[in-house]
Amino acid sequence: MRAIPRHGVPLRITIDGHAVEAVEGDSLLAVLLLNGRAVRHLEFGGAPRAGFCLMGACQDCWVSLGDGERVRACTTLAVSDMIVWTDHQKAGAND
Amino acid sequence: MTNVVIVGGGPAGVRAASILVEAGLKPILVNEARQVGGQGYRMPAKSLALDLKVLMGSEAGKYRRLHSLFASLEKRIDYRPATLVWGVHDKVLHTLCDGVAGTIPYDALILTTGATDRIMPLPNWTLPGVFTLGGAQVILKDQGCLIGSRIVFLGSSPLLLLAALQYHKSGASIAAVVDTTPFSAKRAAMRDLAASSRTLARGIMYRAALHWAGIPIIDGATPLAIDGKDYVEGVRIRDGRGRERLIPCDAVAYGYGLKPETQLAELAGARFRFDPTFRLWLPETDADGRAGADLYLAGDSAAIGGADAAEASGALAAHALLADFGRPQPETELVRLRRQVGRLRRFQKGLARAFAWPVEQVAALTDETIACRCEAVTVGEIRGAVRAPLGPREVNRVKAITRCGMGRCQGRFCGPALQEIVAGACGAPIAEVGRLRTQAPVKPIPLHAAAELEP
Repeated sequence: MRAIPRHGVPLRITIDGHAVEAVEGDSLLAVLLLNGRAVRHLEFGGAPRAGFCLMGACQDCWVSLGDGERVRACTTLAVSDMIVWTDHQKAGAND
Repeated sequence: MTNVVIVGGGPAGVRAASILVEAGLKPILVNEARQVGGQGYRMPAKSLALDLKVLMGSEAGKYRRLHSLFASLEKRIDYRPATLVWGVHDKVLHTLCDGVAGTIPYDALILTTGATDRIMPLPNWTLPGVFTLGGAQVILKDQGCLIGSRIVFLGSSPLLLLAALQYHKSGASIAAVVDTTPFSAKRAAMRDLAASSRTLARGIMYRAALHWAGIPIIDGATPLAIDGKDYVEGVRIRDGRGRERLIPCDAVAYGYGLKPETQLAELAGARFRFDPTFRLWLPETDADGRAGADLYLAGDSAAIGGADAAEASGALAAHALLADFGRPQPETELVRLRRQVGRLRRFQKGLARAFAWPVEQVAALTDETIACRCEAVTVGEIRGAVRAPLGPREVNRVKAITRCGMGRCQGRFCGPALQEIVAGACGAPIAEVGRLRTQAPVKPIPLHAAAELEP
């Protein structure tokens, strides 16, 4: 949850087809966690995951962008009109 | 001119750069993050109405000094932010910046790659809502966000109290601070800790502030499991008196102190020795940070010491480098820095006793507990591999059979536990089961980036 307000340029991104609000400077992981509890499902067995180290070391928050590129959500900034898929296969289907 | 490269933009890297600039060099500073400061002195993302005095407390002055030092250096160094170094080979760094692969040759290399949280697996620790203790602080400082609305701080680390207090001041509800080390062990370590009385006093202050705020601090507890189905709903513990308790919460900040990030040091040729206090394999350096030919290590990636030791050891490494390249360095300053680094690192050894890695929990881990979160390898699979007829007793062979440590994080988070599980399963001393070897890339890179390297 957000503890400290951010007064920046508002922007809109799409997560799994749903439009969500964000602010310039938000990390993709922060936006994902402010809008849900899981960030992805593990490739092995499908267990829900939401990142862990929050500093680019554990690699447990990789998601896919609209063009199929994979990014680590905790070290990627949200940018206007970003399309994010938490399931890589859906990103592929929407290429 | 000598091509000096520093990797890491925390206090050690920035300080090393300043010494080199004073000597007339123009080092390259490669930083994986967008901003300098490392994890501890991390700059908030822009437009965040963050009161740094609240968050940094007594360290706010040092935070400001480091960032103003960097501001004075930025034009006089070759600064490369948002650049990952993913490999080192034949005195060339392999990098990735904005999806583009590159190389940086060096004559001398200073590595200040920092540390990550040390983690002991626990049933259900992979559930959404469980984050590292360091991560819980990072998302607050960097993003102004909390990991949940009702939080348990769990593990054993002086940072449990600090982080809990930062969260409390930021409006979070703290369900409890649960420290696995008994209070008696903390009292016993007090004599070593008195070597840095200011830090000790701060710790006592944090404890008192949490107490006044009515936040339960439970010492000497054994964590049994994280409770929940699709996300965290509580933490089950056995308290110091043997009573089982369920503490409801929606997030857990979890950690057992810090573990140096040594992957690049290993690829650059550093040697390692087993440290019985930390129960980790740590890189070998001399007092000034020399780790091999033209290789220098500083900050928490050389030995856990905290931000002050990082700054001082960064300066020492830069002085050592300059001396090795034939430039005499001021001896009195070197003596002062060595004394400071030595004192702060000894203090960390005291902390390692007061906030202990919970070795005794390893034997109690259920077979179903996940050890490797990348590949979902269970403790039982590791034990089974070791106990099979002619089963391996060495962690790299166990990795080859079970895939534990082979995933995207490259064993950063399962490595320390893997050593303990293997040693426990075959009854060998932990130093004899070896340590996970590093492979490039040390972090995931797109295939095309690796392909661009081919001639």
